[in-house]
Amino acid sequence: MNSTQNKNIQDLLREVTDPEIPVLSIMDMGVVRDVEVNGKSVLIKITPTYSGCPAMDTIATDIKLKLDEAGYDTTVKLILSPAWTTDWITKKGRAELEKYGIAAPLDETSDKHALIDGKRIVKCTNCGSTNTKMVSQFGSTACKALFQCEDCLEPFDYFKCLK
Amino acid sequence: MKDKLYEYLLMLGDNSMVLGHRLSELCGHGPSLETDIALTNISLDLFGQVRSYFQYAAEIKGGDVTEDSIAFLRFDRDYRNVILVEQPNEDFAHVIGRQFLFDAFHLPLLEQLMESNDEMIAAIAAKSIKECRYHLRFSSSWVKRLGDGTMESKIKMQSAMNHFFPFVSELFRETSIEKEMKELGVGADLKMIKEVFDEKVKEVFFESTLEIPQSSSRQTNGKTGIHTEQMGFILAELQYMQRAYPNMQW
Repeated sequence: MNSTQNKNIQDLLREVTDPEIPVLSIMDMGVVRDVEVNGKSVLIKITPTYSGCPAMDTIATDIKLKLDEAGYDTTVKLILSPAWTTDWITKKGRAELEKYGIAAPLDETSDKHALIDGKRIVKCTNCGSTNTKMVSQFGSTACKALFQCEDCLEPFDYFKCLK
Repeated sequence: MKDKLYEYLLMLGDNSMVLGHRLSELCGHGPSLETDIALTNISLDLFGQVRSYFQYAAEIKGGDVTEDSIAFLRFDRDYRNVILVEQPNEDFAHVIGRQFLFDAFHLPLLEQLMESNDEMIAAIAAKSIKECRYHLRFSSSWVKRLGDGTMESKIKMQSAMNHFFPFVSELFRETSIEKEMKELGVGADLKMIKEVFDEKVKEVFFESTLEIPQSSSRQTNGKTGIHTEQMGFILAELQYMQRAYPNMQW
């Protein structure tokens, strides 16, 4: 593999997004685990965020479409090990999430405090206040919990920590 | 060996599938929006795990077998799930009681399977356990809320537990396949799981002010394919599409 080609593939992968969080590229989400290039044939290994995540099939199809269109012969393989963790979301990805209105995952301990002990530490994505409460441990998708800000009253999603 | 591993994967997958199906029945029918979403999210996690188990099982079996044919084209006697998970939803206390007892069993099971010397099983378990922790957290918090709630909720929670407890022993009754898988280092040791399970039940029942039912256990054999009549109703709905439109695909 030469480095121009590699960069080209990485750039293309950066254009593929999570259909449920369209601001987040799959590269920033950390689901792309490996890229193997052999001439024109490319093997992309991805890992699911949650086992039942319905976005995975779409992501696999989108990767294939995007790379095939650029002239590659693409195979996408789903791998389970090592299991995905929210630690793999990049800094840029976390910033994109926040901008989109989804609070980025806290570290493991703070996450437990927020979800179990009801500690008010998750920052509202609208006004920045930490005077927020958990409405439901499970939110609009498996990876999120539903919160509401008690100051500006805005409801918002919190991306749960997965270790 | 291959056939036995296949059977073992069915045991693991069928529990998640049948419970996942029961939870999916609540889609749009949960007692509140938040619980509705939570229960269907748990269902989705379970089905995701089922897909991993069945894709692996199909690979082992070879031939025309696919994850879909395993899920949709077997007869009731070929399903290996325990009787507990096929119990109907009845009311919210039943949904929560069944979930808690399964989660309390499922978590230590996955903990052991993570150490399996079958790499694929270990990978599926390592993935699933992260989700299962959320499930157990959800179900045990509801057992406590209902048990230590109003007079009415306490009665309902206790009565659901009284109904489910006779089915608990089956979780830990080792079949010959489970025994063999354990000895090969592939499967889990049910005795060790029971210790963790008993401890969790004791802790959660204490906090819930519920009584641990002393009812006698039933000789149920879901793991060898002997199911209750519930299984027929479940399969009628679960398999409808594949039976009505053979080989249809999404």
